[in-house]
Amino acid sequence: MTDLQFLTWVRGTGLNIAVTIFLLGVLWRLVEIYSLGRKPDLSAPRHTPGASGLHTVFRRSLPPPGMLKRSPVSYIGGYIFHIGLAIVVFGFGPHILLVKGLTGLSWPGLPSQFVDMTAVVTMAAMVVVLADRINKPVKRFLSTFEDWFAWVVTFLPVLTGWMAFQHLLLPYTTMLALHILSVELLLVVLPFTKLFHAFTLIGSRWYNGRVNGHKGVPV
Amino acid sequence: MQGPLIDSLTRQGITRRTFLKYCATLASMMALPPTAGRAMAEAMAAAKRPSVIWLPFQECTGCTESITRSHSPTIEGMIFDMISLDYQETLMAAAGFQAEEARHNAMKENAGKYLLIVDGSIPLAIDGAYSCIGGRSNVDILKEAAAGCAAIVAMGSCASYGGIPKANPNPTGAVSVADVIKDKPIVNIPGCPPIPVVMTGVLAHYLTFGALPELDDKGRPKAFFGDTIHDRCYRRPFYDQGKFAKTFDDEGARNGWCLFELGCKGPVTHNACATVKWNGGTSWPVESGHGCLGCSEPDFWDAGGFYKALSTPADPLRFAAAAAVVGAGAGVAVSFANRAKKDAAKTAHETTTLADLEK
Amino acid sequence: MSASLEKGIRVLKEVIDAPIASYFNSCVHCGLCAEACLFYTETGDPKYTPIHKLEPLRRVYEQEYTLLGRLKKMVGLSRAVTDDELGEWQELVYNSCTLCGRCSTVCPVGNDIVYMVRKFREGMSAAGHAPEGIKGAVNRTVTVGSPMNVKLPAVQAQMKHVEADTGLPIPLDVEGAEYMVMLSSMEIINFPEYLGAIARIMQQAGKTWTLCSTAFEATNAGIQIGNSDLAKVIVSRIVDGAERLKVKTVISPECGHAYTALRWEGANLVGRPFDFKVQHIIEVLDEFRQQGLLKTEGFETDRLTFHDPCQLVRRGGVIAQPHTLMNMVAQNFVEMPDAGFMNWCCGGGGGASAIEEGEELRLEAFKKKKAQLEAVKPDRLVTACANCRIVLEEGLEHYQMDIPVVGLTEMIAEHLPEKKEG
Repeated sequence: MTDLQFLTWVRGTGLNIAVTIFLLGVLWRLVEIYSLGRKPDLSAPRHTPGASGLHTVFRRSLPPPGMLKRSPVSYIGGYIFHIGLAIVVFGFGPHILLVKGLTGLSWPGLPSQFVDMTAVVTMAAMVVVLADRINKPVKRFLSTFEDWFAWVVTFLPVLTGWMAFQHLLLPYTTMLALHILSVELLLVVLPFTKLFHAFTLIGSRWYNGRVNGHKGVPV
Repeated sequence: MQGPLIDSLTRQGITRRTFLKYCATLASMMALPPTAGRAMAEAMAAAKRPSVIWLPFQECTGCTESITRSHSPTIEGMIFDMISLDYQETLMAAAGFQAEEARHNAMKENAGKYLLIVDGSIPLAIDGAYSCIGGRSNVDILKEAAAGCAAIVAMGSCASYGGIPKANPNPTGAVSVADVIKDKPIVNIPGCPPIPVVMTGVLAHYLTFGALPELDDKGRPKAFFGDTIHDRCYRRPFYDQGKFAKTFDDEGARNGWCLFELGCKGPVTHNACATVKWNGGTSWPVESGHGCLGCSEPDFWDAGGFYKALSTPADPLRFAAAAAVVGAGAGVAVSFANRAKKDAAKTAHETTTLADLEK
Repeated sequence: MSASLEKGIRVLKEVIDAPIASYFNSCVHCGLCAEACLFYTETGDPKYTPIHKLEPLRRVYEQEYTLLGRLKKMVGLSRAVTDDELGEWQELVYNSCTLCGRCSTVCPVGNDIVYMVRKFREGMSAAGHAPEGIKGAVNRTVTVGSPMNVKLPAVQAQMKHVEADTGLPIPLDVEGAEYMVMLSSMEIINFPEYLGAIARIMQQAGKTWTLCSTAFEATNAGIQIGNSDLAKVIVSRIVDGAERLKVKTVISPECGHAYTALRWEGANLVGRPFDFKVQHIIEVLDEFRQQGLLKTEGFETDRLTFHDPCQLVRRGGVIAQPHTLMNMVAQNFVEMPDAGFMNWCCGGGGGASAIEEGEELRLEAFKKKKAQLEAVKPDRLVTACANCRIVLEEGLEHYQMDIPVVGLTEMIAEHLPEKKEG
């Protein structure tokens, strides 16, 4: 298999497989999770402004009072790498074209140099949070194989994408193919690992906000 | 046209000085040291013209057109003067048995020394019957001619990688020269068609050093195929700035912005178009406003649509509807099983009494 | 004598719902919940990380309610939860969790961890892995009527004392009264001032009120042990009493979990919405204040601070009121760091204070409160939960800190203007 054949495979068959598993998995898991249902709350609600599921969906993106100080690496590192990923994934021209090709939606891209720099910062932040996971007793204690694995499959697309852009190590064609392949790996495992929090976090925040909002507590 | 090359060049009005300059340029293009230019000039000028046999197989004659016509009457065209082209169907005056005889004679007289140039792919299906010359299949002729050659130059993408004949579903079972011949040095000069100066450079190198130039992992001369079109493209700054032409006649296209979004395959195509250009340095596809098709890469015909951006996959949502249905189906099936399990647990519930807190 | 692993697992299968499924799937093991839990912050032991306290529940969820989990269990990739394991988790689920809910307010993916601990306790108690101390409290509440063995005669004796003290009648079983006042055993035995305060406040507000002979005890150890069946038995007495006396509002005393049990869990336990309102005494006081029915005179002049009871504030939604009331009567009121919504637990809520073997850990966790108090150095500490009050007193005594603890309602009552004669 030549590198162009490899690239053609990952862009064609490989992506078909990955997107198919991803869509299948996401729907399956969402139905599996949310079909479990819950009992209605019969106690009389207390209505307080700012206390609702929707409020919590947004409010939980900010650190609660005192927490930033207690775990700065988790918050700052977490912010940088999540925002960095968003910039790299949705701000890079070729990625926008991919989305446009899939959905017809498009938006203006960011300059490549900026995305390139963001990718470096993102990777640095990811390395920092990994080091934190290794060093912090609580994080190390909680970590299972899945945590390390999820880190790797998230890191690889950024690394290979950046290396392809920078023409490092391997020819561009091979690196681009590896980049797409790593994204496919990410797509395939996302519904079945903790990475699924990308979807369930909205539901979780909403439930939490709703249960507590019923009591008039703006969590 | 006998005697050393320099004489025939002189006859055509090309001075020694011009020839030296040309050789120096060629050497620098191939990333050879400056002294190599002089060595090359001397070697070529004095060369005893080696015998060259040019075999056409499943091809369109585009490669021949490219080599013989595009630069004529420049020095490129005349380089043929430094070789003894003993068989080239398109160019030779002889035909039929006469032509075949010329080939056989050349092979016999220069056994082990002649250079074999091949253009076109070799069909293997139904014993090679898809393409025959004088009643013999291409693969037969190739094997016979390759047996006595010093080296093979695969001209164009078809000979190098199978090219368009090999495109999916490849009805003729087309393969490249390297797929058939395993025991001879082969240099691939892919391109549809290939750049003439690459051909000249390889021949000059062969004549000067008696060996083929350094090749990459796909059998291509590194000197010409080391960089991608994208690496050397004059429109690259626009790519880096995120300025893309969206259609072939929009503002961006008129401003000469990057053609990536219009399907340019420059980033994954290794060739020298961006530096050498075509038609005597006049222009090249991207400069003329069209994205690179990637014609010098293996299987370029099957590497997604020409007008689809590289990052755009062929058709990833092909199974989206099916995936959604199966996924939701699996989820619903699990949810029914879950409901049943939860209901069973509820049914089995015995109201806890104080005694039930103890084991 | 029928508690068993099977029963525990079956109960867990009953209580696992979509929120729990969503929460477990969202957890990214970031460990931030540990930073919110005083049992971790004060011990530094990672096993006290809140989400880890739910590991057996997570496995039951995965193995029973996910396709992949079922497959993993089938091929032996995932261990079934064992009885020993639940035994090991007892300390984590009861001793080192006060259901304070701080973890639920910090989880970045929004997991309501305390919601899950409450549900996990259902299975733990059914499997026979509840601590003896809480079991005893449940036993006494169900059989005698009070976790501290307080019976009606004791209440009546207390009523007489208070009547003598205040010169005000303490109504019992008055049908059609606006408010039915609940007590906690601790208020009957340890803090009798509360009842007197209620009498005087109601007198000033001009409201009718009553105690109920069949339902004077507000505490609900069934909630703490996490058993809905038993919690229902206990809460039903109050519902029946309130309905029998046709009161408009039932007032939960200064006791955090009693408020949760009645206000938020009650209707769900009996399976129907209440016809009456449930309010915490602090809510009632603030309502009176707003209506101009609560007037005070004079101020406490010493340095005071307020400990927000978790079940009242973070878990109950009565957030601003206690601080407003404090300012009514305190001139020198200072807030502890993290006061209000994010206040740290006293360390003894959710039944933890009833667990004898958990005392050492509780005192260790109390260092958090100690640090908070040292930051403001109050002369006295005010709170609005009798359980907090006892745990605080124990902790302060252990660390030899001379800070008296008082109830907010009593303090308010002390500043009521002297009743005009006639």
